[in-house]
Amino acid sequence: MGEPIIQVEDLYKSYGDVEAVRGVSFAVQEGEVFGLLGPNGAGKTSCVEILEGLRTADRGKVRVCGLDPETSGERFKEKIGAVLQSTSLPDKLRVMEAIELFAQFYRKRANTDDLLRRFQLDEKRTAFYGHLSGGQKQRLALAMALVNDPEVVFLDEPTAGLDPQVRREIYDIIEELKRGKKTVLLTTHYIEEAERLCDRVAIVDHGRVIAQGTPRELKQRSAGTTRIEVRLARPLTDGMLGRLEGVAGWREFDGTFVLHSVRPPQTIVALVKQLEAENNELQSLEMFSPSLEDVFIELTGRRLRE
Amino acid sequence: MKHTWTLTKIRIRLAMRNRAFFFFSLLMPMIFLFGAVALLSRSSREWVPYILGAVLTTTVMGSFWGLSVQLVTFREQGILRRFRLPPVGAGPMLASSILSNYFMALPVVVFEVVLCRLVFHMQSWGNLWAIFLLVTVGSATFSSLGLIVASVTNTMQETQMINNLIWMAFLFLSGATVPLAIFPGWLQRVSLFIPAQYLATGLESAATKLATPNEVLEDFVALALGFWVAFEVSRQLFRWEPEAKVPRRAKLWVLAALVPFLVFGSWESVTGRRLKRIGANYQTLSLMSRVQRRTEAPDK
Repeated sequence: MGEPIIQVEDLYKSYGDVEAVRGVSFAVQEGEVFGLLGPNGAGKTSCVEILEGLRTADRGKVRVCGLDPETSGERFKEKIGAVLQSTSLPDKLRVMEAIELFAQFYRKRANTDDLLRRFQLDEKRTAFYGHLSGGQKQRLALAMALVNDPEVVFLDEPTAGLDPQVRREIYDIIEELKRGKKTVLLTTHYIEEAERLCDRVAIVDHGRVIAQGTPRELKQRSAGTTRIEVRLARPLTDGMLGRLEGVAGWREFDGTFVLHSVRPPQTIVALVKQLEAENNELQSLEMFSPSLEDVFIELTGRRLRE
Repeated sequence: MKHTWTLTKIRIRLAMRNRAFFFFSLLMPMIFLFGAVALLSRSSREWVPYILGAVLTTTVMGSFWGLSVQLVTFREQGILRRFRLPPVGAGPMLASSILSNYFMALPVVVFEVVLCRLVFHMQSWGNLWAIFLLVTVGSATFSSLGLIVASVTNTMQETQMINNLIWMAFLFLSGATVPLAIFPGWLQRVSLFIPAQYLATGLESAATKLATPNEVLEDFVALALGFWVAFEVSRQLFRWEPEAKVPRRAKLWVLAALVPFLVFGSWESVTGRRLKRIGANYQTLSLMSRVQRRTEAPDK
């Protein structure tokens, strides 16, 4: 393995009394899609914005393409592209103008017509930014992140707030970047996004990386258990769930009981029998194959989107 | 320089698509011009060059309002932070807003001069070179002052409040709306420290052709120094991020922007030459207007 294209060592960042990033370390190889997965407020955006050169780290070492984002100025900016979490453009700026404007700032430029076609914005080239839908704005943001054909692309919550169909469209675009061997650093709080798109994932919580590896490696941590989520008509007898056959562990989140089972069919049969015996009723039952959500629950005792 | 020009072009395009721009930058000065001409030059057309000087002053000073509001809006909406990603610094961002504002103000200025000469029968074109130079440097100075306000305020509400306070002083203590000569002596002295006074007096002198080249040069130098310092201060205080706050110590930079006018104001206060010039201009106008009324009276 060569020198990592992104290197973060023992990164710290505070805002007043709030410690947003507390000793984060990770490395990303060239051509890799690396995900920072964590709930809102975990410190993902602070990390990424330090890497983009938009914020100053309090402590720690950061290198992107061998450069220090804080001090390398234009040389650094020429090498990166980014979709920021909260940003905008003037409402009266046309799509084509936005892409051409930003392309003109760089020495190396991608073909702007190609970008418009690739991001399905060709028909919207003369539309004002203010008239675009949320999905179109995000596609434009992605196109603008690529106007300089960057070596590293930072995508900060690129699908947040978008409907599932638009989200899938964005996934397709990111997968295209992946096929094109672009290095991508992606932050997200969507499990399926991290699982589908990322070669490797760092799970971030309260400003710390609590686990990292490939999605497969991380899922293996939950020991191949299946997640069963049940809602019941009445409260349960203390400790009853833990005694059911095959149950490796369980937790309650807002009235939903989450069980991790190594033998799901036996667990469900035992649960139904037990409920009958206690004159209780199942209101709903859902089963999930092992996911990064389970890893997060296991490590933090909380759900990702709590 | 290339980035500055790229941004200037796009800013002009955006402004041309903005109805508020046409209202505040074109319609308002015209309303002011027609209103003032209708009110004052009925008695004597000798007033027209004075009115032109005042209208040009308010047109140029308008950049103070326009740019500060635009910069705060862009920052609040997160537009500025998107421009932080490419290799564009604060300098091109600020310079482009000043340049675009200047290029958009020029046609308005030309229109006002032509209107006064051809429609309101101003007796001469005035000193066009002096008008051009003062409009150019004045536009840059007042744009930069507006950018400073935008950099030290955090919200649009705050910006508008501070803008209003400064604007009132610019408008009423510069001589653009009320002749300074009718103010008490102490207030005239206070006006010597106000940037707008140098623009108003300069443009009035240029339109009426009552000033010597040296006097116009003094106005030009005061405004040029003011621009240079104000631009540098606005560059130092520039913030890309909505949540970034200006450190208290940095706010002292604002005082630096006033230094050229403090120096010029003190100097003019000691020599008394500018106040004499303002008084003489006003007396000349009053005299000429009385003479014209007398010569026109027998015809009626």
